[in-house]
Amino acid sequence: MSALVTLLVLPLAGAIAAIALPSPVGRTAALAAIAATTGAAIVLMATVAFQGMPRLEMGGWTPPLGIVLVADGLSVALIVMTALVMASAGLAARHAFAPGTAGERAAFGFWPLMLLLWSALNVVFLSRDLFNLYVGIELLSLAAIGLVAIDGKATALAAAMRYMIFALAGSLLYLAGVVLIHAAHGTLDIDLIATRTAAAPDGLALALMTAGLMAKTALFPFHVWLPPAHAGAPAPASAMLSGLVPKASFAILLRLWFDTMPDRASDGALTLIALLGTAAVIWGSLGALAQVRLKLIVAYSTVAQIGYLFLVFPLAGGASAGVPWAAGAWTGAVFLALSHGLAKAAMFLAVGHWMAVAGSDRLSDLRGLAQLMPMTAFAFALSAVTLVGLPPSGGFTGKYLVMTAAFASGQWAWALVMGGGGLLAAAYLYRPMAVLFARGAQAGAAPPSRARQAVPLLLASASVALGIASAGPFDLLAIGRPLAAEEGL
Amino acid sequence: MTALLPVLILLTSLVPAVITFFLDQESHLLRNALSLGGAVLKVALIVVMLFAVAGGAAYETTIPLAPGLVLLLRIDALALLFVSLSATLWLLTTIYAIAYFGTQPELSRFFGFFSLCVAATTGIALSGSLISFFIFFELLTLSTWPLVAHKQDEASLKAARSYLLYALPCSAALLWAIVWLESATGPVLFTEPPDLDGLDPMSLRAIFALFILGFGMKAAIVPLHGWLPAAMAAPAPVSALLHAVAVVKAGAFGVIRVIYDVFGAARVAELGVGIPLAVLASATIIWGSLRALQQHDIKKRLAFSTVSQVSYIVLGAALAGPYGMIGGLAHLVHQGLMKITLFFCAGIYDVRAGVRSIAGLNGLGPRMPWTSTCFSLGALGMIGLPPMAGFVSKIYLGIGGLESGAPWVLAVLAASTLLNAAYFLPLLYRLWFLEPSPDATGDENAPALVVPAVIATLGALGAGVLAASAVSPLGWATLIAERGDIR
Repeated sequence: MSALVTLLVLPLAGAIAAIALPSPVGRTAALAAIAATTGAAIVLMATVAFQGMPRLEMGGWTPPLGIVLVADGLSVALIVMTALVMASAGLAARHAFAPGTAGERAAFGFWPLMLLLWSALNVVFLSRDLFNLYVGIELLSLAAIGLVAIDGKATALAAAMRYMIFALAGSLLYLAGVVLIHAAHGTLDIDLIATRTAAAPDGLALALMTAGLMAKTALFPFHVWLPPAHAGAPAPASAMLSGLVPKASFAILLRLWFDTMPDRASDGALTLIALLGTAAVIWGSLGALAQVRLKLIVAYSTVAQIGYLFLVFPLAGGASAGVPWAAGAWTGAVFLALSHGLAKAAMFLAVGHWMAVAGSDRLSDLRGLAQLMPMTAFAFALSAVTLVGLPPSGGFTGKYLVMTAAFASGQWAWALVMGGGGLLAAAYLYRPMAVLFARGAQAGAAPPSRARQAVPLLLASASVALGIASAGPFDLLAIGRPLAAEEGL
Repeated sequence: MTALLPVLILLTSLVPAVITFFLDQESHLLRNALSLGGAVLKVALIVVMLFAVAGGAAYETTIPLAPGLVLLLRIDALALLFVSLSATLWLLTTIYAIAYFGTQPELSRFFGFFSLCVAATTGIALSGSLISFFIFFELLTLSTWPLVAHKQDEASLKAARSYLLYALPCSAALLWAIVWLESATGPVLFTEPPDLDGLDPMSLRAIFALFILGFGMKAAIVPLHGWLPAAMAAPAPVSALLHAVAVVKAGAFGVIRVIYDVFGAARVAELGVGIPLAVLASATIIWGSLRALQQHDIKKRLAFSTVSQVSYIVLGAALAGPYGMIGGLAHLVHQGLMKITLFFCAGIYDVRAGVRSIAGLNGLGPRMPWTSTCFSLGALGMIGLPPMAGFVSKIYLGIGGLESGAPWVLAVLAASTLLNAAYFLPLLYRLWFLEPSPDATGDENAPALVVPAVIATLGALGAGVLAASAVSPLGWATLIAERGDIR
């Protein structure tokens, strides 16, 4: 069986087993599926890095008749990041959703939803067909909504409802764009569309698909569903929702604008996208500054960090695509996405530990927890370093590459957004740090074991290691890029 | 092997840092052995290298990150000047800190960040490219924060917050400067002059200003100095680290690198940015001294004195002539030796006699003779009394001012000397000539605290007395200037 199929089938099989088998066996099957899929992700990365891109034509049909799956550098980078986050969230969930500690329904529902989510993410990262991508993000949204609502509390249900409205509207817009493309060109294969002769409805189709995907990525002004949804879910679920789910629709946007229809990227449209990103950076940061609950601060921070990702469009697309630094900007944005995924997941898992001890995530209740749980506090601090974009971290490498491209192409205003956003991030992350490190009353409950505290620390270290050992990931990301990123500086 | 030496020097503090974080609070012996072992090993490696570099050798290690992001560690004479200062003072401070803290809580965290801080400083000294410099510079910012906040009380947290409030915007300015410059020239290595002709003079001036903003905060140039006096809320070993070993020195060192290795002295003169910087540094020298006069707390007076003294280094660099440069480089070492002596002593007065205010020093001299002698010699050195080290710095800076056509520098130096005397001599008078208050207590039966202070004093004395020899800081600075390691 091809490694590509393994990545789609293994989590799906795990999800089915978790539903079908009785409770303890089902749980074990789910954990086994997590371990196996993580292994498969690493094998696939090694394959792409050393042997080239595996390609699978499903049922032996070549496009435009059939559907094709391809793993390029971007795919495997996202797939491995997903596997790391999923495995960590799974380890955390072993305790958070242990029989008896959580509600019956949550303990039962978590594992299948999580594995379904994983399967959907891998579909999105590997597919080269616009309709297949639609199926992927639709499945992704449904699993994500389920995870938001898993507690069954009234606030969680309201948040899930709001999420569903945005997600479905987004799906519809995307689907409308897909239909226009199919009507005009008779194919939905990304590589074939790239070589098409342009048709009139292309612009509208791209606009519709982009708007739909923005709603699913929670880009300003479509972000309103994100903070309550991500803050309301249990910590292991939040880690996946915040760290991974927005990256799927962002990856499709990257493919649409840079691989599928680069010819349709007008300066005005690119600037508008980046302006929305700028607004997201500012609005998300201000939102985070105004919160008193740590999970909401971390969730608003996701709104801001997603904003960064959209600065890449005018820097690497349109007229800028010819500039030697364009490839660097594209790679920088992917670095930002990867390191945000790891760091944000680490943060949510750390907050989960603190909530278990302190009983709430209000900043005033978290006083002095660094003394009780230094490892998780350190994990939070390392993640903050990445999110602020300080060296040496993956966030810094991404920021540096994007800023260099901004200066080199004379669009220094986007570099200002990058720098200013970092300062805002420092401001909103400093508040929880100061509270954690202050001397204060110790909470009653016993802290989790060192092994469990190590999980967020490992994730946070991975996000920092992405910056220290950035040469390897950089080369990996260049695999399969039409505009090879070897120029850099 | 030789290619690995820079990395080995870095690892002598990085490895102890990482291990220390995972140690139990109770494993005092292991922790102290790690900290001291790393410090001793580092000094030993540096001594080996001093001889090699004096003979003309240079060591280099390159670790490629993403394209354009090259981590380059390089040991040349200038790097070695800074790294040998910080390594020696780190060893002294480690001995002092172990005695100072005893068995207080949270020591694994403290010594972990302490070692990390020194690793970052070592990285700054050894950086051979702008981006490596920036990476270690920021690592220093981050690893210093938990040290300033160590006591975790209201004052310490406030000081730590103020530190970041100054540091982060300035580091954004620094990154801005680096990216702006490098997007036009490609990666800047200190060994190869970047081709600056691609940028117009106004852009270059703006980039220079951003660099000074970025480094000036750590060097406590007015008006970016507010965090330094506030940080005296931290324990004495941290003050030593901030004022002598690492932080302010890193800022001053950055200014030197930018003037000589990025822009080049000739370009700085051509752009006309050297003299404004010299004026700013002079203003800082005077302002710091004036503010020091108004303080009633020993550590706070010392802190403002640092604000003033570090700008001597900046002044020397900004004059962009050989004598000014030698004076500035030598003062980098001299100020470190003298200021660490003063902070060690201030810490001893605090823990052994409970004295923090200047008024409390009355009559402590005869009661604590070793400490007070060291303190007095350090203070006299700061004033610039021969044969202490501070005198040598001032002579060279004065000549440098004349050489660069800025005779007003002499007036600044004279005024500063008078002000230094005005804020240090009353302390000495209280120590030795006033009667102690009847309920005063205090002794100095703590050799691990006193001996580092004595050694630092001897170093400051030796740097002045032996200034003419090749092994003195002045001799080394002259070697750097003559050899043209700096352009």
